[in-house]
Amino acid sequence: MYQYRRFNNKNSFFQKFGNLDYILLSCLLVLGFISLATMYSTDGGEVLFHTRSHFIKFIVFFTMMIVISLINIKFWFSLGYLSYVIILGMLIWTINFGITASGSKRWIDLYFLNIQPSELMKIFIILCLAKYFHRMKSQHVNSFYSICFSLIIIFVPMSLVIIQPDLGTSLLIAISGIVVLWFAGLNHKYFFYSCLLSIISLPIIISFLKPYQKLRVLTFLNPDRDPLGAGYQIIQSKIAVGSGGFTGKGFLKGTQSYLEFLPEKHTDFIFTLYSEEFGFIGSVILLLIYSIIIYRVIRIGALSRSYFAKLFCYSFGTSIFIYIVINMSMVLGLLPIVGSPLPIMSYGGSSMLATMIGFGIVMSAKTHSQQSIA
Amino acid sequence: MINISDSATKLNSLNRRMFILAAAKIIILGGIVSRLFFLQVKENKKYLTLSDKNRIREWKLPPIRGEFQDYFGNTIAGNFEAYQLHIIPEEVEDFRYVIYRVKELLQLSEKQFKKIVKKKNEIKPWETLIVADNLSWEKFSKINNHLYDLNGVKPVISISRDYPYKENFTHILGYVSQANENDLLTNENIKEKFVPGLKVGKTGLEKSFEQKLIGSNSVERYEVNAYGRRISQLAFQKGDKGETIKLTIDTKIQELTNELLKEKAGSICVMDIYTGAIVAMHSSPSFDPNSFVFGISQDEWQLIRNNPMKPLVNKSLSGNYSPGSTIKPIVALSALENEIISPDFTVQCKGHKNPLELYGQTYHCWKKEGHGFVNLREAMKQSCDTYFYEVARRLGVDKLSVTAKKFGLGQKVFKDVFDNEKSGLVPNTEWKKNALGRNWVLGETIITGIGQGFIQTTPIQLCLMTAQIANGGYKIYPKIVANDDNQYADKFTPLYKKSRNIKIIQDAMFSSTNEVRGTSYRSRLDDPKYRFAGKTGTSQVKKITERDRELDLKTFEIPYEERDHALYVAFGPYKSPRYALSIIIEHGGSGGTVAAPLAKELFKMIVDRHEIRKNYDNKKYLDI
Repeated sequence: MYQYRRFNNKNSFFQKFGNLDYILLSCLLVLGFISLATMYSTDGGEVLFHTRSHFIKFIVFFTMMIVISLINIKFWFSLGYLSYVIILGMLIWTINFGITASGSKRWIDLYFLNIQPSELMKIFIILCLAKYFHRMKSQHVNSFYSICFSLIIIFVPMSLVIIQPDLGTSLLIAISGIVVLWFAGLNHKYFFYSCLLSIISLPIIISFLKPYQKLRVLTFLNPDRDPLGAGYQIIQSKIAVGSGGFTGKGFLKGTQSYLEFLPEKHTDFIFTLYSEEFGFIGSVILLLIYSIIIYRVIRIGALSRSYFAKLFCYSFGTSIFIYIVINMSMVLGLLPIVGSPLPIMSYGGSSMLATMIGFGIVMSAKTHSQQSIA
Repeated sequence: MINISDSATKLNSLNRRMFILAAAKIIILGGIVSRLFFLQVKENKKYLTLSDKNRIREWKLPPIRGEFQDYFGNTIAGNFEAYQLHIIPEEVEDFRYVIYRVKELLQLSEKQFKKIVKKKNEIKPWETLIVADNLSWEKFSKINNHLYDLNGVKPVISISRDYPYKENFTHILGYVSQANENDLLTNENIKEKFVPGLKVGKTGLEKSFEQKLIGSNSVERYEVNAYGRRISQLAFQKGDKGETIKLTIDTKIQELTNELLKEKAGSICVMDIYTGAIVAMHSSPSFDPNSFVFGISQDEWQLIRNNPMKPLVNKSLSGNYSPGSTIKPIVALSALENEIISPDFTVQCKGHKNPLELYGQTYHCWKKEGHGFVNLREAMKQSCDTYFYEVARRLGVDKLSVTAKKFGLGQKVFKDVFDNEKSGLVPNTEWKKNALGRNWVLGETIITGIGQGFIQTTPIQLCLMTAQIANGGYKIYPKIVANDDNQYADKFTPLYKKSRNIKIIQDAMFSSTNEVRGTSYRSRLDDPKYRFAGKTGTSQVKKITERDRELDLKTFEIPYEERDHALYVAFGPYKSPRYALSIIIEHGGSGGTVAAPLAKELFKMIVDRHEIRKNYDNKKYLDI
């Protein structure tokens, strides 16, 4: 029905193009370019597998984002619950038939690509909860029933991801969900009490952690206790960032990554390499680009007519912000090491796909900002 | 309508919460930026050094060892270019093929081959595997000719120790070999400069002067990756070669000593009596130190170790011998100095039929028929034991030991220069009481008078003693390193009370060599230019029994281990003495027949070489 309208109304189609947020788009393109350059550097100054693959993924998903943005926001609203259930099904599928890599089952084989449903869940849980709260009357938001239901929506995918096991992503899913709850107007005292509760129960939670996770916490508290083992990543990462200095060592001249001292330099630690080569200036510029992107996302939310679009944009923007903060704090030694990619910069198809879908929906809210949803 | 107002409250709350969060975001962002600032700007230096520490690794190369030169600047321990074969396993495509090919070309034994393969498995693939460390030119060129077939094999020319005079200087210089754990523990300098394959001195001067010889490492600085693999060379810092040490040895004379002691066990020391410079010092049998440089084979080692003539012992410094009659000049001098006797003091030597008897013990002179009435000069000349029994009895061992020690016996001649030098032993009553817990008995004084009993000396001590008699009785400090300018305060202080006494002893020694009936008369040189004075000695290895005396066997009839040591000390040319020497031949028989003839050969050369030595010295000063 929506597609029918799109193809029939050519005017509206071009109008939609005109209504795209070009500042956001160009920021995303610049970010894509930076990430490609960094990927090129991780490949040692050659166009190798990672660069090529990252390039193709970026182009494909960027195009996909534009396509998504042209589809009416109502369509995405209507997909809210269904997509959540589909991803949930994929997570269950992962547990049974997933591909095992480095000790955890995270991927499912879709013949042409391997996908990581937990990454997609980070976005679709926002979509689902936004839809859930869109319909709700404000006095019902803090009712026992709605809180319970929304917590179930969060806990089910979270626990499915934890048993993969993938603590980092499950925490990010939970954060995405909680962000929506916050915006939906859940009483402050619940956040306060649950915060208090989690701090009190922290020692108990730690006792339930796997040995390698406990090690990460201990390593975070004192990286020098095992500099060649558990502390290696964080020490080398700090050395790389610190040695970058004010202006950086120069493109393709980051010795820490070039000489393979950096672990996971394509994925979680990509900021380290970027920061080593481009220094404090480059890092601040990167943060600025991210800030503009988040600002534009929130601005789109503010300009949207529908509550759903607002809620989604605010939550998505905030989630992206939190992902960035967690990733950077991790590589800068401010947080223990949890697996969390840097949006768009890090290598990884599922993460890129999820992020681009998110931006697509945001952009759709922009092109359909006057659309109200019943 | 309630719907509209409800959505308005919802939107209000949403926007309000967004505002709160936006503020929080800015604060958090500020935190990240400040963390970046802290790491990248404030702590930049610290992390930059850490990063350099990560990526830059230094490789030390073996330092080039300093050389040894003789007095005339000839290299007696130098460096030569060793032809080696290196393989970096990682750079070889088919290691098995290459190593078998190398084995074939070099005709390696199965044992050597296994050792190489074992070594290969122990090292990292990018480290150098030394397949052969000292190839002959033929094999080296053979490998070079087949290089097209040997991918990754590197023929390398490296610097290694070389002793061109082979066994001639072994006991002076010692030898070098691979540094082991013990070397690293005992010498900080070696530890600091250690690289695999470093060769260090194991004995002799090579060991004593390690500090000066070792030089400093050349350093190659490489950029490496996280796995320690070299990526590129950043710098090369050339090390210094070790110091060249010039010795006082005259190679020609040293070679002659080696020649003279061929097939014999013993030692020859030659010393300048004024400067104390050692002109030659040799201990025989010797061995070729070159065989230790690349590790000696087990068979060769066993051969050296089990040789009954003990090639590993430096007899000149660590051989403790009874001095025999060579002590007599000191006994006589001590008696004169203490005014126990005058030169005219006479004793009757009655021969074996009528020996000196004391508390039931008999003390025989070596001469069966006896010497009759002898005075000091005659007793020295003919080495009459009976005379010296009497002199020693009157003198007493304590006075004798004072004089002996004054002339350098009983203490190390080179102090710390050689770590294997022994101090010998000059006994006295106090020493015996302390060391053995018994009182000194008169019989022991009597045999000490002819250099038997407790008294022990090394050949270099005897040489020093003779030198100090020859130079008129002045203290000298022997040296083997040419520019060893140690200024001892008591250098050239007189060791005598009356210089006439020294003259008397010198004259007596002259008579022993140059007058009829002198014990070394047959070894004399008549030409006044070469004429020398000396004193023979025959030191008993075992006590002579009555039966032995009756049998009176010739030297070659006695088992080797029981034969007497032959000794000879001398100085010359007599007219104006310049050199002193000591000769000892283990189990050689009588000093007069075996040791003294060697002195004849030596003095001919020593005196001839003196001109050259003197001129070389003068020239040296002129050049400056």
